[in-house]
Amino acid sequence: MNIPPRAGVGLKPQHYREILETAPDIGFFEVHAENYMGAGGPPHRYLAAIRELYPLSLHGVGLSIGAAGPLDQDHLRRLKDLIARYQPGLFSEHLAWSSHGEAFLNDLLPVPYTKETLQRIASHIDHVQETLGRQMLLENPSTYVAFAESTYAEPEFIAEVQRRTGCGLLLDVSNVHVASTNQQWDPFAYIDAYPLGAVQEIHLAGFTPETDEKQRPLLIDTHNRTVDPLVWQLYAYVIGKLGPTSTLIEWDADLPSWGELHAEAMRAEAHMKSHATPQEVRLARTG
Amino acid sequence: MQGLADRQQDFAMALLDAARATPPGLVGPDGLPSPRRFAVYRNNVVAGLIETLKENYPAIHRIVGDELFRAMAGLFVTAHPPRSPIMLGYGAGFPDFIAGFEPVATLPYLADVARIERAWIEAYHAADAGPLSAADLLAIDQDRLAQVRLALHPSLRVTQSRFPALTIWRMNIADGEPASVDIGADCEDALIIRPSAEVRVHQIPMGAAALVRSLGAGRPVVAAAIAALEVTVHFDLSTMLAGLIEAGAFIGWSLAPEARNEPS
Repeated sequence: MNIPPRAGVGLKPQHYREILETAPDIGFFEVHAENYMGAGGPPHRYLAAIRELYPLSLHGVGLSIGAAGPLDQDHLRRLKDLIARYQPGLFSEHLAWSSHGEAFLNDLLPVPYTKETLQRIASHIDHVQETLGRQMLLENPSTYVAFAESTYAEPEFIAEVQRRTGCGLLLDVSNVHVASTNQQWDPFAYIDAYPLGAVQEIHLAGFTPETDEKQRPLLIDTHNRTVDPLVWQLYAYVIGKLGPTSTLIEWDADLPSWGELHAEAMRAEAHMKSHATPQEVRLARTG
Repeated sequence: MQGLADRQQDFAMALLDAARATPPGLVGPDGLPSPRRFAVYRNNVVAGLIETLKENYPAIHRIVGDELFRAMAGLFVTAHPPRSPIMLGYGAGFPDFIAGFEPVATLPYLADVARIERAWIEAYHAADAGPLSAADLLAIDQDRLAQVRLALHPSLRVTQSRFPALTIWRMNIADGEPASVDIGADCEDALIIRPSAEVRVHQIPMGAAALVRSLGAGRPVVAAAIAALEVTVHFDLSTMLAGLIEAGAFIGWSLAPEARNEPS
C-alpha cells in the first residue's frame, strides 16, 4: 500500500488499543524497524492488525549507513524479512552512524561532509538498495557540532549522495530547523539548495531549546513536544514548493494522548490544504 | 587530516568515557571547539541507554529510587554498551551486574528481582506458539509416558531465588502495594511464560525448576522427575505436570527412538 500525500504519526504501543478500537482517520503510521525485530509477541500482533487497516512506512534507526566500517549483514537481512512481512510503502534510514566495532551506540551520530564520507555512504546505500531490492529514503540529520574537515554544505552533500545512488529522500523539516539554528545556517536557503525533487516523505517533531558554552542557541532534537511555530513556517514553505507530501509527526518521549497526537497530524494536513506559495510564506516570515 | 574510521574511533571512545577530552575538530558555528555541543551526544547515548534499562527494569527502578538507579545503570551502560541495534534485548547482563554492585549489597534479593524482570521481557518478545492442551497429551500412549520428551514453549523462563523475590517483584510493579517482607522467608521460584497475548508469572514449588530445566535439555519425563526428586522428596510429578500443562508450558512431544527400547 503506497503512503498517501497526507499526515501520519509514529505508532506507539501506548496507542495500539485506542487506534484499533476507534479506527481514526489518519493517512498512515510509521514504526521504527528495530522495535519489531523481536521473534514474536504483542508488538507484532498489534502491528499486523493495524497494518490491515492503514498504510505503513518503515523507519530504520540502526543500520549505521554513515559508518566507516561495513554494513551489518544480519541487520540488513532482518530488515529484508520485516519488509517482506509488513510490505511498507516506504523504507527510510538516516544520514548518520551508530555502530562502531562491536558496540551499538544507540544514537544518530554526525558525519563529516567529505569526499571520503560521500563515497562510503553512496556505496552503503547502493548495497542497501541492492539487498532490499527497493529504493530507500535517506533522512537529513539534526546536528550539534560541525566537523572542521567538511568540504560540502549539507544540502549539497545530500544532493550528491542522491544523484549517485538514486535513493529517495526523507526531508526532516525539524532537523533542518534544528541544524540550521545550531550551525547558524539560513533554513530557507537550505531548502532552496536541497534536491526537493527526490523528497517522498517529510518528518516533523518537537525540540528542546538549550544554549552552548558561548550562550548560542543549541536546539536538541528530543521528539518530546509539539512542533515549533518556526518549524511550521518552514514546513509551509516546503509544502508551497512541493505540494501535499506524506508528512509524519514524530513524538517519541513524554508521549501525549492519542487525541493530542492526532490533532498535531491534522495541523500538518491543514497546511497541505492551505496552498500558500513559497513567496507568501517568505513574506509572512519577514512581515 | 583524519580519515573517517579514525574519526569515528575517537568519537566513539569519547562518547563512552566522560574523562576523555572532546575529539579535536568538532566545532561550533565560529569554527572553534565546543565541548558543550559534543556533550549533547554523550548525554544522548548514556541517558538513552539508561532510559532503556529503566523501561526494562521498572521494579528495580522503583525499589532503589531514581537517583541510585541512574548511577547504577550509568556504570552498566558505559561498561556494557549494546552489541546489537535491536534494543529490545538490551540489558541481559544487568541482573549479574546488580549482584556484584557493592552499594546495593544490603538488598541481596535485588538481582533475583531483576532476573524476573529480564525473564518477563524475554517472554514478551519470544516467538509465538500454541501450547498443547491436556487432551493433546492424553493422546500419548500412557505406558510410554515416562519416556516422552516434551518441547517447552519458546517464551518459557524459570527463575530461582533464595529470597521471596517474586513477592517483592509483585509489590513493585504497576499496581503493586509495597509492604514489609521477611527476606528470611521461603525461597521463591517462578515460571514466566507468554502462552498467548499476555505474559503470565506463576510461583512454582521446589523441584519444579529442576524438572523444567531437565525437560528443556531434552531429557525424558522420568529423568526430569528424578532431577526434581534430587531437589526435594516431596515432589509430586502429576500435580506439577498438570500445572505446567495448564500454564501452557508444552508445545510438542516426541518419543525418541532409543527410549522405545529402554526397559520400563
